[in-house]
Amino acid sequence: MNVLLGVGGSDLSYRALDETLTRASETGDDLTVAVYEDDDADEGVETVSRRVRERIEESGVEATIRRIEGSSPGSDLVNIAESEDFDRIVLGGGNRSPLGKIQLGSIVEFVLLNAQTPITLIR
Amino acid sequence: MTRTYPDDPADAFPRPPRTITDGEGREIEVVAADATDTEDLVEMYLDFNPEDRAQGIPPVKDEAIRKWLDVILGDECLNVVARHEGDAIGHATLVPDNEDEQELAIFVLQAYQGAGIGTALVQTLLGHGQDQGVGKVWLTVERWNEPAIALYEKVGFETSNTESFEVEMAIRL
Repeated sequence: MNVLLGVGGSDLSYRALDETLTRASETGDDLTVAVYEDDDADEGVETVSRRVRERIEESGVEATIRRIEGSSPGSDLVNIAESEDFDRIVLGGGNRSPLGKIQLGSIVEFVLLNAQTPITLIR
Repeated sequence: MTRTYPDDPADAFPRPPRTITDGEGREIEVVAADATDTEDLVEMYLDFNPEDRAQGIPPVKDEAIRKWLDVILGDECLNVVARHEGDAIGHATLVPDNEDEQELAIFVLQAYQGAGIGTALVQTLLGHGQDQGVGKVWLTVERWNEPAIALYEKVGFETSNTESFEVEMAIRL
């Protein structure tokens, strides 16, 4: 399977990275990790990119990293998945409010509503 | 994130404790609550209809309910409970976020819905908040939950954000 994982620097996006790497090491999935800046997380794209590279190296899985620079990462993820024939998009998302309500960020929401590709949401 | 609040503060809301007669003629007491009400609320949430859950709360299992109640019945939070013949049948809570604002939620057991208890809970909780110096209150509600949105509007909340799955609403006390 050809998997496109989006990582924007939130805790849940790193959890999605870890789970996807574990899965890829078992299944041999082809993995591309798209990194971008998520306004709901506190990390710039440089930091996200570096942390992602470190985790991929630790895992021993071969994966491609690419950077999304535009201002609408959700839309770019959808376009990449469609134009390059990815089988699945994987995203982490669903932070909890102070009261415990689950809230999806705007990037995750955009992808869920607009992608033509199956999506796995890890939360 | 900056939320938009109404320019003008709301009028005074009723303070707890109070007793109302609901739409079905039942005597309902609305009283302030804290961690000492944990057991009664666990009972209530174990009876809660899973269909009425919203955005992942309340949790379903006993242990998860207790963990969640530990947070929302904490010292920094404000709570009111609606009781009928002693049993907890409704609950409203204000939980501070890190911006000096408070998130609100209400829960009413299915057999007691549609009788004005939710409105009384929200109003009384906001009155409790006014007593304790709370200034800004917000909430989110699923976009398709029209009865809840109508209730919050009636109480004085205004919609502050409709961009996501949930509608965000806010009130200034």
